Amino acid sequence: MSRVLDTAADVARGVRPAPAEPARPRRRRALTRGDAGDAGAAALVFLGPALFLIGVFFLLPVLAAFLLSFTDFDIYAVADLRNTRFVGLRNYVQLLGTPLFWTALKNTFYFALVGGPLTIAASLGAALLVNHRLVRFKTLFRTIYFLPFVTTLVAVALVWRYLYHTRYGLLNYGLGLLGLGPVDWLGDPRWAMPAIILMATWKNFGYNMLIFIAGLQAIPDSLYEAARIDGASAWQRFRHITLPQLGPTTFFVCVITMIGYLQLFVEPYVMTAGGPLRSTTSLVLFMYEEGFRWWRMGMAAAIAVVLFVIILLATLVQFRFRPEERP
Amino acid sequence: MTGRVRGAGRTPVLHTLGAVAALALLAAGCGGEREGPVEVLFWGMGREGEVVRELVPDFERRNPGIRVRVQQIPWTAAHEKLLTAFVGEATPDVAQLGNTWVPEFVVLGALEELGLWVERSAVIHEADVFPGIWDTNVVDGRLYGVPWYVDTRVLFYRTDILAEAGYDSIPRTWEGWREALRRMKAVMGPDGHPILLPTNEWPQPVILGMQGGAPLLREDGRWGNFSDPRFRAGFEFYVSLFREGLAPAVSGSEIANRYQEFAEGRVAMMITGPWEIGEFRRRLPPDLQDRWMTAPLPGPDGPGISLAGGSSLVMFRRSQRKDAAWKLIEFLSEPAQQLRFYELTGDLPSRRDAWDDPVLANDRHTRAFREQLERVRPLPKVPENELIVTKVFEQGERAARGAASVDEALRALDAEVNRILEKRRWLLARQEPEQ
Repeated sequence: MSRVLDTAADVARGVRPAPAEPARPRRRRALTRGDAGDAGAAALVFLGPALFLIGVFFLLPVLAAFLLSFTDFDIYAVADLRNTRFVGLRNYVQLLGTPLFWTALKNTFYFALVGGPLTIAASLGAALLVNHRLVRFKTLFRTIYFLPFVTTLVAVALVWRYLYHTRYGLLNYGLGLLGLGPVDWLGDPRWAMPAIILMATWKNFGYNMLIFIAGLQAIPDSLYEAARIDGASAWQRFRHITLPQLGPTTFFVCVITMIGYLQLFVEPYVMTAGGPLRSTTSLVLFMYEEGFRWWRMGMAAAIAVVLFVIILLATLVQFRFRPEERP
Repeated sequence: MTGRVRGAGRTPVLHTLGAVAALALLAAGCGGEREGPVEVLFWGMGREGEVVRELVPDFERRNPGIRVRVQQIPWTAAHEKLLTAFVGEATPDVAQLGNTWVPEFVVLGALEELGLWVERSAVIHEADVFPGIWDTNVVDGRLYGVPWYVDTRVLFYRTDILAEAGYDSIPRTWEGWREALRRMKAVMGPDGHPILLPTNEWPQPVILGMQGGAPLLREDGRWGNFSDPRFRAGFEFYVSLFREGLAPAVSGSEIANRYQEFAEGRVAMMITGPWEIGEFRRRLPPDLQDRWMTAPLPGPDGPGISLAGGSSLVMFRRSQRKDAAWKLIEFLSEPAQQLRFYELTGDLPSRRDAWDDPVLANDRHTRAFREQLERVRPLPKVPENELIVTKVFEQGERAARGAASVDEALRALDAEVNRILEKRRWLLARQEPEQ
């Protein structure tokens, strides 16, 4: 799961209402007809290096992967490129006939549809708490909640594996104190995915929390004051001011979280290797196995393309339900 | 197998590379003594890669001109690392290679052919090594690896439960064995299962299927041969153990602790490998230590075959220090070093003369392995072998859990394997006109 921290800035800009507005007319005035050509050239000079890097390190590989998905590139092709054939859609047809693909798809959706909302709810809750007027040491709490996000995922996963240990794990010790029986967190097909969701939620909510805090701070106090004067309760203020005002922020958080969660890989790779009984094999893990375990690169590329289409569709659906931007 | 899928051996690029390497060797030879000792890079996997370091000082003492740099690679990353090293032209001089991987690296053209090296060797002789194990390193009549340590599967069982059922040793035929399991079941009660065959492990169904004598693939590895009546008999025997309730239909991860199950008598037998001897000695309670034993596998009508597993030592074609690398391979193959290695790791030696040493000859638990090693067979020597055997257990699991009949499972298995082998058939067909 990778996220670009820079996007936080973009969002903050999109969310923050007033200050950007007055600047716009001035900028329009500057671009008169005569300047347009020069400005275009200047823009190219400035954009050039970035465009070049994106082209070489992003567009080309993506294009290559797309083409690869129509070939049967495998271990024989590593030995000699002439052992590669163009196979059209065969990889895709075979993929749809592979039970493990459907298992991986189901697991990935399970993770995204349960883990995603859970993460967003946790981060919103944390943001509300940290942002509350009565809370002291706000910066300290913000830092503490953000720490898991900047910690290396592999190290975290290893520690959590200890926490989840059936006999010596802290979690089962806690359950034992409550009188609940030990749970074989990572060894039981029913519990392995919830265990991974729990860890991922803990790991990721800090980032979303920061974005929510930015969104919360952009809500004008005057709205709350007016509501209080009208006698609105705390819940009503949350329901009718905070939530609608956070609309664009929530939208951004949802899209980014979903994209990240559909690419689940490191957690099961480190903690369960996809087991038990394939219950934590995600699409990306499945792709990794096809590509680097069995060296069937054509098939792995086809999985990547399918995942790309799924993420694209899911994002489009979310855009369809995008909340109206409010000033 | 006589048909040979040729890969890198025919590419011009790699030919050139080979020539460059040869030139470099020549240059090194003509240039007289180079500065300092020759450094041989050795890649060892997992525990072996760690322990082999303890053998290196002796080697360096005997060969003052050679230094050995050992790099340890975890098993989980080994295959990927070797392949990327091949693509990146960064292969080591010598490596430990799981012997089922040999065919794949032969197709890549990554390995040095060792036939001539062995012919000239005073240490390594084919006759000293168990024939089935030696065979795993021979692809299309050419030798590409020297067996280092061996792995095969035998029966581990509770002697007391077997005795209660009225036997003092494991019967040698399938029918006798199954009858013994039935009687053990009667002794063990409804909660017990006489044999544990985790449904997510491939060696058990593969071995039983191979015991009938049919090759797993036919026509030089072009097609699956799983509907062959001889394979079917073993597969059906495997499935019947589940259907009769003699083995529980559970996968390895569903059993929390197999040693505990064994110690408490809920399971009385399993088919597993030599590393388990150490595990049993460590994990079973002291009062159980004289109540377990190992035995060679029964077969359809007499002692059965098992799998030829283990690791080989291979030399990479791209190595520029082949003489030094070969000396290291010879050193690690000496009976004395194999015995030391056994004492350090529990890995069983590949040479019969190492087995004559009292350390091994007097060990009651390794004796079954000694006998079994005379009857081992390799997996098909095609690069797809690991993928194919996982398909065997997947279909075995379907049949064992009652999701498919034996014939349905075998038909599906043949179909899947034929699909996997499609590429190989195409490559072989393309080469035929040229030959």
